[in-house]
Amino acid sequence: MIRLLHRWPGLLALLSVLMLALSGAALSVFPAADRLTAPQAETSLSVADLAGRIAARYPGVEQIKRSPSGRITAYWFNGDVAEAATIDPATGKAVASADPNPVQRWLTNFHRSLFLEDGGRIVMALGALAMLVLAVSGMLLVARRAGGWRRWFAPIKGPLAGRLHVEIARIAVVGLMLSSVTALYMTASAFGLLPDQPAALAIPATVSGNTGVKVSAINFLQGTPVTSLRELSVPAADDATDVFTVKTDTGTGYIDQGNGALLAWQTLSGWERVSETIYMLHTGQGASVLGLVLGLMALSVPLMGATGTLIWLAGRRSRPRIHNNAPLARADTVILAGSEGGSTWGFAATLHKALHDAGLQVHAAALSSFDAAKLQHAHRVLILAATYGNGGEPASAKGFLAKLEAMETPPAAQLAVLGFGDSSFPAFCGYAQRVASLAAAKGWQQMPGVATVDRQSPQDFARWGSNLGAVLGLPLSLEHQPVLPAATAITLVSRRDYGAEVQAPSAILRFAVPKSSLWQRLAGAGFARFEAGDLLGVIPQGSTVPRFYSLASASDDGFIEIVVRRQPGGLCSGQLTMMEPGGTALAFLKPNPAFRVDGGKVPVILVGAGSGIGPLAGFIRANAQHRAMHLFFGMRHAASDFLYGEEMMQWHAEGRLTSLVTAASRGRRPHYVQDALRAEAQEVVKLIREGARIMVCGGRGMAAGVSQALAHMLAPTGLTPELLRAEGRYAEDVY
Amino acid sequence: MMKSLLAALALTTALSFPAAAMARPVTLSAQLKDYGGNNAYLALYVTDKNNKYAGSLWLAGSRTRYFQHLAGWYNATGGDTSQINGITGASVGSGRTLEVTLDLKDALFDQGYKLHIDAAAENLRESPNDVVVPLTSAGAGTPVKGRRYISSFTYSM
Repeated sequence: MIRLLHRWPGLLALLSVLMLALSGAALSVFPAADRLTAPQAETSLSVADLAGRIAARYPGVEQIKRSPSGRITAYWFNGDVAEAATIDPATGKAVASADPNPVQRWLTNFHRSLFLEDGGRIVMALGALAMLVLAVSGMLLVARRAGGWRRWFAPIKGPLAGRLHVEIARIAVVGLMLSSVTALYMTASAFGLLPDQPAALAIPATVSGNTGVKVSAINFLQGTPVTSLRELSVPAADDATDVFTVKTDTGTGYIDQGNGALLAWQTLSGWERVSETIYMLHTGQGASVLGLVLGLMALSVPLMGATGTLIWLAGRRSRPRIHNNAPLARADTVILAGSEGGSTWGFAATLHKALHDAGLQVHAAALSSFDAAKLQHAHRVLILAATYGNGGEPASAKGFLAKLEAMETPPAAQLAVLGFGDSSFPAFCGYAQRVASLAAAKGWQQMPGVATVDRQSPQDFARWGSNLGAVLGLPLSLEHQPVLPAATAITLVSRRDYGAEVQAPSAILRFAVPKSSLWQRLAGAGFARFEAGDLLGVIPQGSTVPRFYSLASASDDGFIEIVVRRQPGGLCSGQLTMMEPGGTALAFLKPNPAFRVDGGKVPVILVGAGSGIGPLAGFIRANAQHRAMHLFFGMRHAASDFLYGEEMMQWHAEGRLTSLVTAASRGRRPHYVQDALRAEAQEVVKLIREGARIMVCGGRGMAAGVSQALAHMLAPTGLTPELLRAEGRYAEDVY
Repeated sequence: MMKSLLAALALTTALSFPAAAMARPVTLSAQLKDYGGNNAYLALYVTDKNNKYAGSLWLAGSRTRYFQHLAGWYNATGGDTSQINGITGASVGSGRTLEVTLDLKDALFDQGYKLHIDAAAENLRESPNDVVVPLTSAGAGTPVKGRRYISSFTYSM
C-alpha cells in the first residue's frame, strides 16, 4: 500500500515535481547573492538617521524599503521623473539599480504558476502535494527497509539504483518536506484560505494639521533600528492630512507630519507572523543559508526521479506481463501469486492465459493484495504460493496470513491452493500448507488437499491443470516452460583441487566477472552486484535445468568463486570439476538475501562442512570491519580437503577470522562439525546469549546434526534453534 | 478589456444623488508603461472638492492581501472591499491597457471631483496618485500623463 502511494504519485507527478525542484533550486541562489551584494547598514543605525541621509540627497523621497537581505531601496521623484535606487545606508547615496532581477522574476513566476495565474498555481500546488506524499511514503519505506526508525542511516544493500535512491532520499527528505509543506501553506494563503490577511489600520481622524517635521527628528524613528525596518512611506507635503506610514518586523504605525508624534500603532497578528516565517523558510529570503541548503536538496529530485523510474522498470521486468487481466470487480476467477524470485509469477501467467482462453474473466494479483471483502463476485480463488526458506512467506505474499487470520467471514468463492517448492527440503511447500490449513480453519470452502509442484516441474503443473479443468468442466491444458534469467558465459580463471585422496574430489573454481552494461549496473541486473551467499545458477551442457552453487565471493572481490564437489554421476558438477582455465560455463545470478551477513556488530558463528565452506569463506574474506567471526569447519582429512586452508591463517592474522575449530571425519580421532560445536559448547552458548548470529551451510544431514546439537546445548538457557530462526539469528543454506 | 456596468457608483453613499439625476456611459482608458514587472494592481477612485474620498470606480487585481499597496485608496477606505463589490477585474500587465466603461452620474462632472489612480506591482514601487485628474466635461477625451506606471489616461464620454 505504502509502495503504491510512493510509486504512482512519483511517476505521474514526476514532471511537475521536476519543474518545481529545478526552478526552486535555481531560485535558492538569489537570496544569498542578494545578501552578499547588498550594502548592509551598521546595526546601531536608526530609521530616522537613514531616512535623514536619504532625504538630504533626494528631497523628493516617497518611500524607503528594506528587503530581508538588508538591501535598502529608495523611491523618489526628481521633478516629474520617478527614480529609484539601491542605497548605501552609510551615506544615503544611490549605489546600484533598484530594478528587480528579470531572471529571478521569470523563475519565480514559472515556479509558482507556470505563467498561468491561478490555474498554474493549482497545478504547482498539486506538484508540491505529490512531493509531500512522496516524502512521507518514502520515509515509511526507508524505515521499513532499514528495520526501524532508529536504523534510519543503516547501510543499504542491493542494486545501485535502489541504493542511490535511498541514500539521497534519507538526507534530502527533510528539505523536500519543508519546501512542500511551506509551498502548500503559501498557496492556501495566496488563495485567501487562511486568516493571515493583513489587518487594516484606520488613518487617524485627527492630525496636527501642520507639515514640515524633519524625518531625522522623529522620535519613534530614532528608536527604530534599520535592521527591523520593512518600509517607510513619506506623506505628500501639500496634504496635511497625509501621514508617515512605517512598517517594521513587529507592526505598522502612522506618524504625524507636523509634530512627528506616533498617531497609531498595530502589532502584527500571530497569523501574520506565522506567514512571514513560512515565507522566509520557503524562499530563503532572510535565511539565505537555509535557502541554499533547501536548493541543494531540491537538486536531488531529478536524481531520485531517474533512480526511482529505474527501480520501477526493473521491478516490472522481474514479473511477466499479464495480458487481458480482468478488473477484480468483474472477475469470476482470481489468481493470487505468492512468489519469491518471480518464477511462481511465471506459472500464474500461464494459468491466467489458459483460463482466459477458456472464456473466463480472470484477475491475477499478488497474494499480498488479498482483500476478502473484494472477492464477493468471484466464483473461485486460485492461490499459487512458493515457500521462502523454511516454510516462510514469499516476497509477494507479505502480510497475507495475517489478513487471512483477521478475516471474519470466508468468501463464497471456492479456494484452491497450489504449492511450489523443492521436495528435498523438509518443509516442502510449507507456506502453501500453512495457507491451506488456516483457510480451512477459517471455514473457507476449498478443493481437497494441497497440490504441489516440485522444482518447477512442468508435468506437476500440467497434471494439476487437468484436474482443475475437470472440476471446472473446461478442457484446460497448462503448458509452462519456466523462463530462466538470461545466462551469460563466464570464463574459468583458476582452479584449486582438494579431496581426491579421501574420495571427496572438490575444487575452488574462480571465474572472471563478465562486463556489465550500464543498465545492468543501474538496475543491479546480471553480475553487476552480488554478495557471498548469493546463488550462481549454472546450466550444464545437455540440460536446460540449472544447478545452484553458493557464491564464495562478492562483486567487490572482482571475481566469481564457487566451491564444487563432484557428485557421482552428477552432470553439472562433473562438467565443472573437469573444466580447465579458459573454459566457459553458462551461468546467471540469483540473489539470496536470506543468507547474508547483516550489517550488525554482534559476533557471527559460521558452521560449514565440505563444499559448504564456500559462502562462509566469502563472508570472512569480506569481513574488513573485523567483526567477531567464529568458524566451525568439518572436512574429511586436514591433509586432503581443507578447503581454503592456506587463506584461513592469513585471514586470522588480518583479524577477519576470530577463531577456527576444525573437525575431521577420518584419521586418528574421527569426529564431525557438530561434535566440534559440542566440544566448545560453553563458548558457543555464551556467544549466543550475547546475541551472536549462526549461519550454517552444507549438506542436509550436517545441518540437521548441527541443529540438534545446538538444541541440546541451548536447552538450559530456554533458547531453541527455532526461536533463533524466528528472530532472524539462525540462517541455513542447505543442499 | 471592456466592461460595462450600470450605476456602479450609486452604491456608495457619498455619491447618492437624487434619483432624477442623469447618468451617461464613460469609458476610462489607462495605458500602462512597459515597466518590466509582474501585472500591476490599479485602484480608480474619486475624491470631492475637499479632497475627501467619494467612492471607488474600479479595482484591477483579485487578491485582497495586496490592496494595502494601493496606499491612497487603502488609506481612504481602510481596505474595505464592500467599496468595490462588483467593480473589480484582473490585474493589468506591463505595457497593456485597462479599459472600463461605466455609467457615471452627470453630477460628477464640473463639480470639483477628481479621479485618482493608485498603482503597484510586486517588488516594485508603490505609486499612489499615479494619476490625479479633475473630472470636467471639457477635459474628456484629453490624455493625461501618469507619474510612474501609467503612460497615459483618458476618460471619454
